[in-house]
Amino acid sequence: MKSHEEMSGTMNGKEAMESVVIKFAGDSGDGMQLAGTLFTDTVAVHGKEIATFPDFPSEIRAPQGTVAGVSGFQVHFGSSGVHGPGDAPDVLVAMNPAALKSNLKDLRPACTIVVDRDSFGKRDLDKAGFATDPLEDGTLDGHQVLAAPITSMTKAAIADAGLDNKSADRCKNMFALGMVYRLFDQPMDQTIGFFQHKFKKSPAIAEANIRALKAGHNYVLTMEAVPATYTVQPAARTPGTYRNITGNQALAWGLMAGAKKAGKDLFLGSYPITPATDIMQELAKHKWAGVKVLQAEDEIAGICSAIGASFAGDVAVTTTSGPGMALKTEAIGLAVMTELPLVIVNVQRGGPSTGLPTKTEQSDLLQAVCGRNGESPVVVLAASTPAACFDRAVEAIKIATEHMTPVILLSESYVANGAEPWKVKTLDELPAIHPPVLTRPDPAWTPYGRDPATLARKWVVPGTPALQHRIGGLEKDECTGCVSHDPQNHEAMVALRRQKVERVADFIPEQKFRGKGAKKLLVVGWGGQFGTLFGAVTELRSEGKDIAVTHFNHIHPLPRNTASIFEQFERIVVCELNSGQFANYLRAVLPQFTYLQYNKVKGRPFKVSELKEKFNELLAQ
Amino acid sequence: MSTIGTPAQPLFKPKEYASSQEVKWCPGCGDYAVMNAVQRAFSELGLKKEEVAIISGIGCSSRFPYYMDTYGFHTIHGRPAAVATGVKLANRDLRVWVMAGDGDSLAIGGNHFIHAVRRNVDMNFILFNNQIYGLTKGQYSPTTERGTVTKSSPFGTVENPFSVGELVLGAQGRFFARVPDTDVKLMAKVMVEAEKHQGLSVVEVLQNCVIFNDEVFDAITSKETRADNQLILEHGKPMRFGANNDKGIRLRGLELEVVTLGQNGITETDLLVHDATCASNVLHHLLAQMRLPDFPIAMGVIRSTAGPVFDADLAAQMKAEQERSKYASLDALFLSGNTFTIQPGTDKPDGIT
Ligand code: SF4
Repeated sequence: MKSHEEMSGTMNGKEAMESVVIKFAGDSGDGMQLAGTLFTDTVAVHGKEIATFPDFPSEIRAPQGTVAGVSGFQVHFGSSGVHGPGDAPDVLVAMNPAALKSNLKDLRPACTIVVDRDSFGKRDLDKAGFATDPLEDGTLDGHQVLAAPITSMTKAAIADAGLDNKSADRCKNMFALGMVYRLFDQPMDQTIGFFQHKFKKSPAIAEANIRALKAGHNYVLTMEAVPATYTVQPAARTPGTYRNITGNQALAWGLMAGAKKAGKDLFLGSYPITPATDIMQELAKHKWAGVKVLQAEDEIAGICSAIGASFAGDVAVTTTSGPGMALKTEAIGLAVMTELPLVIVNVQRGGPSTGLPTKTEQSDLLQAVCGRNGESPVVVLAASTPAACFDRAVEAIKIATEHMTPVILLSESYVANGAEPWKVKTLDELPAIHPPVLTRPDPAWTPYGRDPATLARKWVVPGTPALQHRIGGLEKDECTGCVSHDPQNHEAMVALRRQKVERVADFIPEQKFRGKGAKKLLVVGWGGQFGTLFGAVTELRSEGKDIAVTHFNHIHPLPRNTASIFEQFERIVVCELNSGQFANYLRAVLPQFTYLQYNKVKGRPFKVSELKEKFNELLAQ
Repeated sequence: MSTIGTPAQPLFKPKEYASSQEVKWCPGCGDYAVMNAVQRAFSELGLKKEEVAIISGIGCSSRFPYYMDTYGFHTIHGRPAAVATGVKLANRDLRVWVMAGDGDSLAIGGNHFIHAVRRNVDMNFILFNNQIYGLTKGQYSPTTERGTVTKSSPFGTVENPFSVGELVLGAQGRFFARVPDTDVKLMAKVMVEAEKHQGLSVVEVLQNCVIFNDEVFDAITSKETRADNQLILEHGKPMRFGANNDKGIRLRGLELEVVTLGQNGITETDLLVHDATCASNVLHHLLAQMRLPDFPIAMGVIRSTAGPVFDADLAAQMKAEQERSKYASLDALFLSGNTFTIQPGTDKPDGIT
């Protein structure tokens, strides 16, 4: 975005832009998440590419007006080039000085900053730690500042709507949103419809919000200070029906779809934990679809109830984040030993310990691959974008049930809370899922008899006549299924459990990469940092750089053709939000290659700009 | 489940519920008697082998499922209640039996135990209380009497034991029974009642570990003293006990009192009549609390009252939701709310659908 002075060349007072990053920031009670979500819904239904990133404070109610209490919602939207929620905002909405302060260091040059002039009093400035007023002292030089008296104008706009002071105060986020709609020439009908529907029973509240919205919109219209608004063309997309979806919602829906395809009920045993709780809450809504949700007494009961449900024939899932993963470890081993299908979703956050509960990190990879006692192999998948969470969840259920194994699905805060358009899938489009269920007596059957291709044992659920058997955490005889301490048998069973997981590689898609013909540098990523890595490499390639990118959704086992991609490049750099876990894993699995690393452990996602800088540096060497 | 009636012809004899596995408890261990009682109860209830799922944790008694020709799951230490809850929710037609020791239920798995009780999941929880850790060779457990010398308490324990019954009642338990492992008939009878009860049924078995805690229940269970030291409760019957059946329990103020019939003009009408089904659990608490030497130990079904059952209520909620759902299918859900369509041959959306 250009500064005020540079905008004179725009056509018809409108500047066309490929993509824009907007950040709504305010006190955690200011309704910034709602403003951001409503804006996203509007631009999504009008066909833009979008990616969002909500940024919550750790404390539910940090002291009002302080930097610790700032809640943010970043939306990146455009007609192309949206590979993530964007590095830094082009437009910042700051409802108070603290919101401005917490975003100051991230501002693009010549950013448009919308502030609530009414909230920049002496006390507000003190709370945010400003010695002088940043609106006056030159702090914002070079930016275009729209200092609107948002609080007082909102109050004036809804004065006779019949709301008390506090409720009236709550409408100022809509005034700000109205301003943004005008700046981006976006229609407001979607948002107006939202309030009419949501507050059907409290028309006064609906009316007040709508009035605030319109007042904000009109305010910009009449403001002489705004020389231009900005248009963003709809994105070119594959034809079809789309909806805006967050990673956690897509994951929940994918689980429901997967269970349906497997012909089974879905069971979730879980315990609330940030940032995974939304998955449980979403699934809890869908009892109509046969979804059973047990909010267990703890993380361990969450997974143990899921293991019990799996034994008894449901598609069983447990959802958690890192600390909960640690608690579930022993039970995952039980599912490995008893060879029961189970999906364990870990929405990663900053660690160790309680760490950074609301921030993003990719530091549970080695925990997923190795973090159990004994030789305890499981399948590990990772979700790359919010919408992709749907497909990964379906795939996790397919692998877990068809191969009779626990599957760990790694998401991360950034993907879980982020949103993007999802091309709606029908169940018919999804792959068939055929669990190896045995329902009729079969004299050849033994509890650990295996399918020759997958090495999966049969899923015989209690209630099936004449096939009663016992399973458990003790080592079992390969042939009879009875408890066995025989040394040869143990070694054979350890190998079988490992091979069973390794064979999953025969059933997953080949690894792809972007950058055919490139030789010099291969960028390797995994999980939720797909968007920025892909974006950075795409930009560099369009600048003619000799670079390619491959992104992993299948962590363990790796796709069979991984080495054949790696060997095409002079250098490989593994980029991840930890100190090098995937790089170290690759060193162990494919030791013939040398892996450079680019790591970030700040609780924040990668930025396209920092990736490009690093890659340029490597390319120049 | 109350749907079970006593069949005219049992499907299987008690022994036919045994699996082919060699039973490996120490000779003389109380677990053998519990298994006999369970098999008798299954036979009397006419259970099909395939409809039973036995879930255990870790400990001597947790080998139980291997010895039964039913479905069985030997899980991990402390977690059988949680695993069993999942089993029941996945298939409500199953008869779910949890077999767990005092360590499983009250130490490492104490949390799952009280929550299973609180939720009132329809299953049976047989708690083998031998007041010791047998499998790890003789450390004290959360039910070991204060002062007991064990391998991990060479100078005697300085902690108070849990009282299983009081814990169950405190967690709003609706079925609690206590039985000695020496009385197979009573055990079998109580287990039949446990299965018929809708909700979580906890049966505490005073189980003798011949190796590490032998004779700890002797005062309660020996031939010479048991009649005087056990009060076998029967619903609707006055609380009488004693070698000559001349002792009884009456209520005095807020406490129980042992009285002798015929002394001080006491007759049977002065005695408490056991009501296992009353909603208030105050008397059940007093009964569960009774300790030697002042009182006999209460045996049999102490409490059995109907109440909301977790798995049944969840199933009812799901059914109601199915009936009133606005979505006909997952496809309908995925297409609900705000969607937009991109038509072939155009790169512009045609707006909200
Ligand atoms: S150690 Fe004790 S409880 Fe365990 S099997 Fe032997 S006698 Fe029974």
